[in-house]
Amino acid sequence: MTTAPPVPPPPAGVRATARIHAVADGRGGTALPLLAGEGPLALRRTRGREPEEAGVVLVGAMSAPLGGDHLTVRATAGPGARLALASAAATLALPGRTGEPARYEVELDLEDGASVRWLPEPLVSVRGSDLRVRTRVRLAPTARLLLREEQVLGRHGEPPGLLRSRLTVTRGGRPLLDQDLACGPGAPGGWDGPAGLAGHRAVGQLLVVDPAFAQDPPPAAVLGEYAVATALPGPAVLVTALAGDALRLREVLDAACRTYAR
Amino acid sequence: MSLAALLVLADGRFPAGGHAHSGGAEAACKAGRIHDAATLEDFCRGRLHTAGLTAAALAAAAALGIDPALLDAAADARTPSPALRTAARRLGRQLLRAARATWPDPGLQQLAAAFPRGAHQPVVLGLTARAAGLGPLDAAHVAAYESVGGPATATVRLLGLDPFEASGVLARLAPELDSVAARAAEAAHRALREGTEALPAASSPLLEIAAEVHAGWPVRLFAS
Repeated sequence: MTTAPPVPPPPAGVRATARIHAVADGRGGTALPLLAGEGPLALRRTRGREPEEAGVVLVGAMSAPLGGDHLTVRATAGPGARLALASAAATLALPGRTGEPARYEVELDLEDGASVRWLPEPLVSVRGSDLRVRTRVRLAPTARLLLREEQVLGRHGEPPGLLRSRLTVTRGGRPLLDQDLACGPGAPGGWDGPAGLAGHRAVGQLLVVDPAFAQDPPPAAVLGEYAVATALPGPAVLVTALAGDALRLREVLDAACRTYAR
Repeated sequence: MSLAALLVLADGRFPAGGHAHSGGAEAACKAGRIHDAATLEDFCRGRLHTAGLTAAALAAAAALGIDPALLDAAADARTPSPALRTAARRLGRQLLRAARATWPDPGLQQLAAAFPRGAHQPVVLGLTARAAGLGPLDAAHVAAYESVGGPATATVRLLGLDPFEASGVLARLAPELDSVAARAAEAAHRALREGTEALPAASSPLLEIAAEVHAGWPVRLFAS
């Protein structure tokens, strides 16, 4: 008598890691000795904004972490390398079949003199989704960073899913910024109230780290009733903004980018 | 632990200067976001689960004996608003003065020497709790309670809200306050093994934004 074959476990979500390594090529430019997408994380090399910069775009199915998926983007920039990272489209957090949260991790390591611009399109938290984003940035003391994060609660007119996003930045091993935002149904109480998002459906941050700020710190400024630029404890400026929608949020962050990113 | 010491530390009459700060309630009242007991409750709940949890974990970690310099750096990174960093250090300095007079202790002495301009208030609070013979969970409770008690008291003054209603708000938040304090103490124990990144960094963008807007007002009733 044979035993019944074991019931196969339900298919786990997709696990994929995209790896990027940028190095100064010794001729004033930046080479990409490692550019490896995986599964839904496809990478395309693009022209940088300047000749010294290498560009990479995350393409396509990047746009859909389903519940249970675990996606990771890991980029390192060696001494003096200059890298621009973007995404081709907004990332949609979608519900999965298992009720498991989706995980999306970004890890950026910048060595001395490296410069990275990480400017992805917005993350849209779709109804019923549950996404945990973890972004870790490790900066050498002379590295420069421009980082944008935009979170949109639901597609047009749609209630959001649950979104938890933590951004941790260290510089020379010392914490520079550590922020954890939780919003959507299932988030701790008060997330949409007067000490939370207060009805706004888009929230974003622009972080500029530049060692030159140590000598010449940029002015902190109130950019509107729902947007400020603040000097962090280090040569860095953080722009924090709330807006009614993604478009208006981008306007505020673009204007701030022109002011603070040199 | 001494329940009486906990009452002394958590008492609003403890002379630590907290009454001059509204915990963001002044900006929220002026903007109309707090206008009655219900909106005050929602405000306090949001603050409890963000700034309150973060402060409670820092306080618990300090009470556990984690290096205050590491905790102060962690607090800085969790406070992007310079206005809030300044307020936290001022409150820390004032609390330390009161604490050293109340519970003389070498740990508090060292903290004062290491941070002449003041350490972040939750870090001082944790070390004060330790000096008073209290534990990490006690420190977390005090920090979590302060995160909502301040705005509730301030709103009574700002809006002329019925003090009975404000007390009702605090009483209704009690179960959530207990669970925030428990989570904070648990994270502090984790930080002992894993470092300060294990401490929560729950944040509210609006509290940071409003604190900067508020700091720019020419006339204010509260310092923050």
